[in-house]
Amino acid sequence: MQASPNVPPMSAAQYAHDERPQRVVNDFSIQVATVNGSGSQTANIVLMRSIFQMGVPVSGKNLFPSNIAGLPTWFTIRASCEGYIGRKKEIDFCVAMNPETAQEDVMKLEPGAAVVYDAPLRLNELRHDLHFYPVPFDQLVGPVCPEPKLRKLVRNMIYDGVVAHLLGIDLEETRKALYKQFGERKRKAAEMNWGAVVAGRDYAAAHLEKTDPFAIEPMDRTAGKLIIEGNTAAALGCLFAGVTVLTWYPITPSSSLAEALIHYLGRYRHDGETGKATYAVVQAEDELASIGMAVGAGWAGARSMTCTSGPGISLMSEFIGLAYYAEIPVVIIDVQRVGPSTGLPTRTMQGDILSNALVSHGDTMHPVLFPSSPEECFTMAQAAFDLAEQFQTPVFVNMDLDLGMNNWMSDALPYPETPLQRGKVLTAADLERLGGFARYKDVDGDGVPYRTLPGTRHPKAAYFTRGTGHNEFAVYSEREDDWIQNMDRLARKLETVRGRLPAPDTQLAGGAKIGLVSAGTSRYAMEESRDQLSREYGVDASWLRLKAFPFPVELAGFIDRHDRVYVIDQNRDAQLLLLMRMNMSAERIAKLRSVRYYGGLPLDARTVTDSIVSQEGL
Amino acid sequence: MSTVPAAPKKVNRAGLEILPYRGGKTTLCAGCGHNAITERLIEAFWELGVEPWSVVKLSGIGCSSKTPAYFLSQSHGFNAVHGRAPAVSTGTLLANHQLRCVTVSGDGDTASIGIGHFMHMLRRNVPLIYIIENNGVYGLTKGQFSATADLGAKLKTGTVNQLQPVDCCLAGIEMGATLVARSFSGDKRQLSAILKASIAHNGLSVIDVISPCVTFNDHAGSTKSYAYMKDHDEPLHELDFVPAFEEIDVEFDEGESRVVEMHDGSKLVLHKLERDYDPSNRIHALEVLHEATRRDEVLTGIIYLDRTRPSFTEALNLVDAPLATLAEEQVRPSREILEQINEEFR
Repeated sequence: MQASPNVPPMSAAQYAHDERPQRVVNDFSIQVATVNGSGSQTANIVLMRSIFQMGVPVSGKNLFPSNIAGLPTWFTIRASCEGYIGRKKEIDFCVAMNPETAQEDVMKLEPGAAVVYDAPLRLNELRHDLHFYPVPFDQLVGPVCPEPKLRKLVRNMIYDGVVAHLLGIDLEETRKALYKQFGERKRKAAEMNWGAVVAGRDYAAAHLEKTDPFAIEPMDRTAGKLIIEGNTAAALGCLFAGVTVLTWYPITPSSSLAEALIHYLGRYRHDGETGKATYAVVQAEDELASIGMAVGAGWAGARSMTCTSGPGISLMSEFIGLAYYAEIPVVIIDVQRVGPSTGLPTRTMQGDILSNALVSHGDTMHPVLFPSSPEECFTMAQAAFDLAEQFQTPVFVNMDLDLGMNNWMSDALPYPETPLQRGKVLTAADLERLGGFARYKDVDGDGVPYRTLPGTRHPKAAYFTRGTGHNEFAVYSEREDDWIQNMDRLARKLETVRGRLPAPDTQLAGGAKIGLVSAGTSRYAMEESRDQLSREYGVDASWLRLKAFPFPVELAGFIDRHDRVYVIDQNRDAQLLLLMRMNMSAERIAKLRSVRYYGGLPLDARTVTDSIVSQEGL
Repeated sequence: MSTVPAAPKKVNRAGLEILPYRGGKTTLCAGCGHNAITERLIEAFWELGVEPWSVVKLSGIGCSSKTPAYFLSQSHGFNAVHGRAPAVSTGTLLANHQLRCVTVSGDGDTASIGIGHFMHMLRRNVPLIYIIENNGVYGLTKGQFSATADLGAKLKTGTVNQLQPVDCCLAGIEMGATLVARSFSGDKRQLSAILKASIAHNGLSVIDVISPCVTFNDHAGSTKSYAYMKDHDEPLHELDFVPAFEEIDVEFDEGESRVVEMHDGSKLVLHKLERDYDPSNRIHALEVLHEATRRDEVLTGIIYLDRTRPSFTEALNLVDAPLATLAEEQVRPSREILEQINEEFR
């Protein structure tokens, strides 16, 4: 192990044995343990935003159960002056509000961590190597919330005041964050909750002596940035892509994407004069129907989409194959989660990489986009509609629960600078000029045929759509040559798609022997892990971040440049690596190594670093 | 050389001969009831002068689902997946609510694999014509019972059905279809009038047509055979359809007939047979269906008609132009709006 020239701020673990801990500024994680359904989400977001508004990079991750109310939930806020917004394994500052989990929460902490807790829990008796701050929440909530029924909700806001005081968060920022969160319409509720924050602050100021080293100090690294969930950003991408038909079936973690889109469509997509909608949304009876409707709408010319998660993709697979063969545009956003059935529906996983790329029977292969940030959710949702219509095929946007449902710091969403790409659609006038058309003929040599839309007012417009064998004229055929010709054209079409997908983000380290390949949310662990490898082990690693499948031609060159290439997967079976192996030479395959994590939590840098260090024998 | 001019070919009010209303050559068995239904569809659309380009025809999988290839060659068609044509049809109409949609299915499609979609299409009152070509068996897989096979019906192999059949008309009335009819592929006049009424109807028409399978279900012991229907068909009324464009004053004896004005101004005439039947009475419609089943009768005619309930696409309050045709400026919000949204997240 080599010492890094840049000494990072100390973490709790490092100063555990130090008699006089240094200050740890803007580089630690806070975890709030509560019971779900207790309104803690609002308190947590207000706390996170307060830090964000002070200019400190943050991320917020909600670890919640599949339950409406009553089960434990944890919200982790990471403040990072370095701008690392991936998950950090160690918890430095714990707010223990849930009696069910409080003991375990405290026992798991590294020595030197701080604990704010509900005084009657007497957690201070458990350990002697932590900084304890008891707060009598029940005594404090009474005076600020006369209505007993609301106390459960308001009580949580008290810890915002306590934590703000202990960490040195500017209370004015907390106030702004709180009023922003409640909005104008809930002003009364905001005032009561603000009272709770102040009560917490006053209590802490009067009764708690700060002994821990953690502090927030103002920075300037968040100006102009947003705090937004990936699902919201993806929904906005669909909105600005001009989506006209959304058909969906509720499933965690994609439901909030559909609901955000419905919200924005309601706000911005009604005709100014008539009030009528320029979109249709249907909550279908199941995923079979939601994809069926989306395919029907795509066939008839709408910009249509559905959003779902892995179990939904399984149900949709027959229709997706039909859309592939019948060549119908449709956008499918898959917010991945763990497991089928009850599985771990509220945990994150890159579980559907293979299924997105290959789902359905016969030879099927689909373009897949891998956004890694809210900004990419926004731009790639738009790209997906353009690609689907240009190439008349289902296009996947492969997100995950971590990206979709957690709070991310993001650049402002950029206004689209290119017009909508509607693909090769012939109008009645075109047909008049051409004298007709052949639906599945490769006129331009790019594998992409021309189509007409139902309702086109011309006797030559109609054709018969089917999944089964057809010749270039869309006439039923079981002939061997027709089938092979069509399959080869579809393969050609996919090659054309490859060249039109978002290019990978490649960061080459001079002289690096090892390369890393990732997709999606692994990005954040990668950024931090590369720094850890460099700082702690003196190992420089290049990095190629894939943004789409079929994979770019650059991938082969990247592998060739390096002795070993680590492919990072958030699943057990190395799905991204397996997909890369398709159509890859034996020499390149031999260079691939796998780094996998499949515990259901967002990937953290240390897991990646440890795996690479172990495999490299460092 | 003869100079005798050819006789002018017969055209409909859209100025079209019947040819564009026909389709490819059928590949179904000779004598299949489905072919007769196809013929009635061709006639109905031609006689009413519906422009083929304004129609879409969809289907699932099965013998019945092949038939959209055999009519309306100038209409877009889509042979989708088994049981799920209601979903594809619904999506098609979301994209373009100006289209007229004919969805052809079978009893396997509707009453088994796709019953969930069928039920929800009924709930939504999706404005389309849903035809169930009902023969009680799976033909393409060689003769297994379907879910509409009657209690006690016998397969060629001798197997007797002991399960309760699904009655698609009962489901239609219960769940929200606004025109529900049953007919027999062999009854030209009745089926023709029902199809025309469904073209004139604004809402979901469910037409359950008993359509014998000559290969697998036309033997003694079958309850979906030609012979069985001949003995058990019990029409509720005789039907006439008078299109809106035929400026004929329809006068019928009130005691003998009911005249119902359809959405497009055409008239449906129900001539009384043994009793006066009011198809707008939902509870009564359910009663007569149950009663007929008890008596081993196949009740045919327009069993239920509701002209008031808004269709699904009406309820969605869509702009007048089809969503598929909206221009970019109608569907992509402005730069200012995005800036406003960005600000909300700062």
